[in-house]
Amino acid sequence: MIEIENVRKSFGQLEVLKGINLTVQKGEVLTIIGGSGSGKSTLLTCINGLETIDAGRIVVDGTDVHAKGTDLNKLRRKLGIVFQQFNAFPHLTVLENVMLAPVKVLGQSKAEAEAMAVKQLTHVGLGDKLKVYPSRMSGGQQQRMAIARALAMSPAYMLFDEVTSALDPQLVGEVLDTLRMLASEGMTMICVTHEMKFAREVSDRVAFFHKGVMAEIAPPEELFGAPKDPELKTFLAATH
Amino acid sequence: MFDTALTLADLGFLAQGAVMTLAVTAVSVLAGTILGVVFGVLRNQLGTYWSLPITFLLDIFRSVPLLIQLVLGNALQSIMKLGWAPFTTSCVVLSLYTAAYCTEIVRGGISAVPATTRRAARSLGMTWWQDMRYIVAPLATRVSLPAWIGLTLGVMKDSALVLWLGLIELLRASQILVTRLQEPLFILLICGAIYFIISFPIARLGGYLEKRWSND
Ligand SMILES: Nc1ncnc2c1ncn2[C@@H]1O[C@H](COP(=O)(O)OP(=O)(O)OP(=O)(O)O)[C@@H](O)[C@H]1O
Ligand SMILES: [Mg+2]
Repeated sequence: MIEIENVRKSFGQLEVLKGINLTVQKGEVLTIIGGSGSGKSTLLTCINGLETIDAGRIVVDGTDVHAKGTDLNKLRRKLGIVFQQFNAFPHLTVLENVMLAPVKVLGQSKAEAEAMAVKQLTHVGLGDKLKVYPSRMSGGQQQRMAIARALAMSPAYMLFDEVTSALDPQLVGEVLDTLRMLASEGMTMICVTHEMKFAREVSDRVAFFHKGVMAEIAPPEELFGAPKDPELKTFLAATH
Repeated sequence: MFDTALTLADLGFLAQGAVMTLAVTAVSVLAGTILGVVFGVLRNQLGTYWSLPITFLLDIFRSVPLLIQLVLGNALQSIMKLGWAPFTTSCVVLSLYTAAYCTEIVRGGISAVPATTRRAARSLGMTWWQDMRYIVAPLATRVSLPAWIGLTLGVMKDSALVLWLGLIELLRASQILVTRLQEPLFILLICGAIYFIISFPIARLGGYLEKRWSND
């Protein structure tokens, strides 16, 4: 369970998160939508401790992420995250990309890590790309590799930050299909996305962020069917 | 051309000079690179402001002519009664000189690694050290290699200046022969050829590594 309690975060003068309260249950798929600069990415990076927070707390399975003495490296093993930007390790093959953290962080044997990596890469449809270097792959393939790389750590939660935003339109589908597959397998996920159709299909709940505030949160039928927040109405009208 | 007074013994003398050049270069480049990596990482970690003292110090080594550094370094060690041999003094000064340039190369290499790539590594639970070791080091090395090879070749040529401290390296050995045999062109030609023979493998190694790494 991820519990976010009254989280505030500023960059200098700019308050980016203005008291966010949100709980994500095991097995839930939550999508976050909202305009540019509304604090969606910042919230995800606060959850895995890449960013600090100014007030409130974030608790993951009982561990206070930002408390003194929390072993962030250990915590991050259970929080997989995939970003908008492609960030393959360019000097390693696809297989090595996926194997690196399990071997170095989890201390798995090469054989063990390789078996897991092959399994995850096959799962995301890259079983034939093991020996390829990332630069030889399309953006969609790189994002699927990043997903496999995160999954190889056997995380309890997956965070996705607009993983399709940097992709050519014809490649968006293959990555969304991968996310749908994970959702159907029961993975707990928080997805920041601009793909409204996708959000409507996979989500248990959808949250709408506006200027650092979670303006509305509801099951997709409700949020898309009968939005209450005026900003949300404007936002939804603009995306059609 | 074969009508020369140059004997086999003279060639041996030149070879000894070449060995001295190689020794000074090898020690200085090795020590300078290690220091350069340490300072380069420190500069990157501390940020512009806190690394100001390091930057300032290294700027001195980069801007003062090497000859002056060697002479001053030698004077300093004798004032401080360190009792260093000319070889030691030469290596210390050249190492610092190399380190000053190497720091910039390393810093540039590290900052060429995208922040997003490093963030991805940390997100997988890697420690700062693991990120440095498995992601930053290999990527920064690829970026820095051409400049580092250039530095190494430069230091090898600049090392000729240690002759001012009385070391008989390749250039000094040639000068001695020129004075004695009065065949400047021929001897300097040989001297140049030896420099080339030493440099060529280093330059080629750089080319080879660059090519090998270009597949990814
Ligand atoms: N490291 C940082 N330093 C300073 N300002 C930042 C930093 N990261 C984000 N911001 C600012 O915080 C605000 C929120 O950024 P954030 O990336 O969380 O928005 P977002 O909702 O993810 O937007 P988008 O849809 O464009 O990705 C933006 O105004 C951004 O410029
Ligand atoms: Mg964002």
